[in-house]
Amino acid sequence: MLKRWRERITPTDVVMWLIGGGLLLLIFWGSTATLTAKTYTAHHWFDFIIFGLAQGSIYALIAMGYTMVYGILRMINFAHSEVFMSGPYTAYFIAAAFHSSGFLDQYPILSLIMIFLVSMATSTLIAVLLERIAYRPLRNAPRLIPLITAIGASFFLQYTFRGFYGSGFQAYPVVKILEGEWAFGGFRILKFQALVIVAAAILMAALYSFVQRTRLGKAIRAVSEDKETSALMGIDIDRMIVTTFVIGGMSAGAAGVLYALMFKQVHFFMGFIPGIKAFTAAVLGGIGNIPGAMLGGIFLGLVESVGPSLFLDGLGIVAPYQLKDAIAFTMLVLVLIFRPTGILGERLAVKKA
Amino acid sequence: MKRIFIFSMVLAVAICLLAVSAQAQAKKETFKYEDKIGVVKIKKGNPIHIACWMVVAGPDASLGTDTKRGVELAIEDKGGKILGFAVKLSVQDTGCNAEGGQAAATKLAADPTIVAAIGSNCSSEAKPGAPILWKAGIATVSPSNTAPFLTDPKRGPEYDGYLRTAHNDKVQGAVAAQYAFNQLKLKKAATVHDGSPYAEQLQAVFAETFKKLGGTITAQEAVAPTDTDMRPVLTKIATGKPDIIYYPIFIAAGGHITRQAKEVKGLEKTKLMSADGTFSPDFIKAAGDTAVGMYHSSPDFSAFGAGYKTFLEKHQKKYGEKPIAPFHAHGYDAAMIVFAAIENVGKTAPDGTLHIGRKALRDALYATKNHKGLTGNLTCGETGDLADPMIAIYQMTADNVKKLAIPEKPIWSPAVAAPAKPAPAKEAPKKK
Repeated sequence: MLKRWRERITPTDVVMWLIGGGLLLLIFWGSTATLTAKTYTAHHWFDFIIFGLAQGSIYALIAMGYTMVYGILRMINFAHSEVFMSGPYTAYFIAAAFHSSGFLDQYPILSLIMIFLVSMATSTLIAVLLERIAYRPLRNAPRLIPLITAIGASFFLQYTFRGFYGSGFQAYPVVKILEGEWAFGGFRILKFQALVIVAAAILMAALYSFVQRTRLGKAIRAVSEDKETSALMGIDIDRMIVTTFVIGGMSAGAAGVLYALMFKQVHFFMGFIPGIKAFTAAVLGGIGNIPGAMLGGIFLGLVESVGPSLFLDGLGIVAPYQLKDAIAFTMLVLVLIFRPTGILGERLAVKKA
Repeated sequence: MKRIFIFSMVLAVAICLLAVSAQAQAKKETFKYEDKIGVVKIKKGNPIHIACWMVVAGPDASLGTDTKRGVELAIEDKGGKILGFAVKLSVQDTGCNAEGGQAAATKLAADPTIVAAIGSNCSSEAKPGAPILWKAGIATVSPSNTAPFLTDPKRGPEYDGYLRTAHNDKVQGAVAAQYAFNQLKLKKAATVHDGSPYAEQLQAVFAETFKKLGGTITAQEAVAPTDTDMRPVLTKIATGKPDIIYYPIFIAAGGHITRQAKEVKGLEKTKLMSADGTFSPDFIKAAGDTAVGMYHSSPDFSAFGAGYKTFLEKHQKKYGEKPIAPFHAHGYDAAMIVFAAIENVGKTAPDGTLHIGRKALRDALYATKNHKGLTGNLTCGETGDLADPMIAIYQMTADNVKKLAIPEKPIWSPAVAAPAKPAPAKEAPKKK
């Protein structure tokens, strides 16, 4: 038994575990130091967690698109960040018109619904066109080719939108009913963050039950398991792939509006960073796995928000928020050392490796 | 016999060659122009090529567009001509980051027709860019780089071709700190920078002066220029309970901080102050109503020279709007200084070709003395600081935000506040 173990463990594994252990120790040490210093009260921690959850649910929604497309096509859709950008940027013009005409203040809920619809429709349209024009003709090509196409499509979309709407940025109007905060017993939550978290949770639950419970969802899962067999069973593969892109586009469009409501700035390059982060979240959760993407996104958002204060403050590092991306990616490394397939990725990878 | 013949033949050829070259030299004797680095020769009918490397796209485009307009108006005031040669202006975008500055400078350096450059806008661009340009013999005058490092005596010889008409942030940071401590009577301050040399050094000067005056610095935080979620870092700052946050960063991130500071518990009453990098209508757009009441440190328009009023009229006529950032006048002055230097060193050969020596041009720029510019009296210091820096503090009003216009009049400036004792801002350019 011991001998078999010794044969299976390579020196690389040992080095990796040492790195992982070292990082964990550092995190533990930093956290204890921060918590014993008592700079932050429970209210601060609560705020950090809410900020992280709001940011994380947006990552999670975008990550859904990455992970579903990966699940069905085995490719990383790098143009997904532009799908995310196109929706809110287009919807901005509706929002600005509503704002200047006073409609937004008069019927805020109705306006918000319309802004969401426009954004989701645009993102979906872009995603479907992307699939039809850029990916479908290359479906049987070697895997690297659609990957490069995706990067090309990403640049194309960025600069097309720059051509349409200009190189500057636009500021989203303030929705009055979302301003302010709810407080309960000293803890408080900003209204729009509550909206972001709740809306993202509802959307993710809806999408997940769609994939798990409906016939269409079952067909999508079947195609992602085995394309040929599902075709033999009478499933229209093209339609399933388009449906996947539609779902990804819709969640990206919704995430885009939530992002715009939270940060109030849209520009043609806005998709890049959230896109990279969401991709990281998808890998973190186990790419191809939908609950994994949700978990990964929320985990990443929390780490970015809580991490710098919790891990680094106690170590006496100045200006820790400069290192928030470093922390996020260190967490990715840490997770991948111990679970190379991501948090929830194992089952899937074993089957298809 | 044969040997002697060959020898005499070789000798004859050599003598012939010598004679020819002597003749050629005699011909050239009429026009001689030498330069240690190189000479730009511009044939009759060709333009003098001046290159701008400025940020003209992206969130900080207003900064570059503003300085570019200053340069354009300077060319117009010159009638489009220097020494009888037309002026050609080309623009490279720099993106307000080190990579963009490096790329733009590399492009300029590859173009031998460029006589001089004007730029860059952000100090992060100049740090890698200026040495690249100087290696190619191109001197550059920046209208809006303010980081102290760029004209520091220790900056190194690779920055020898670099000058600026913008103020040095040693002045700006000090004025901002004086205002916060002496005028607003605030005792605790926090700063935020974005890792760029401009923001990092400016907040350091602010913090140092604030501490010297007797205040406390509760935090010196940093964010990335592409960050959007500032609430966590602001929450961390809130634990120190600062009275004021000074964040001399750029428009996108500055807008996020301004908006989100009001949403963070403990910062509702905290005063906000930013600097010239965000002093633009675009920033007001980014920050919205939350910008009302916040402060900016920026060049003092009210102290500008007499020509500034006519400049503004021309600006309005040509572009149909007021200046969109604080450095248009610096751009104008930078261009005028470059033109004056070209007029000083440019020599026309008998065949009409204009010769401009690169080293001579650089030396002429550094020899600038008492240039009556829009921004004041410009004299070049040893390390290329041309400015006569007059910094003032501005405050955004609700009206500014509504009209998306930057305030025209400062609420305070060290020169006006303390005329009796020499204000530090005024004496800064002459010391060296």
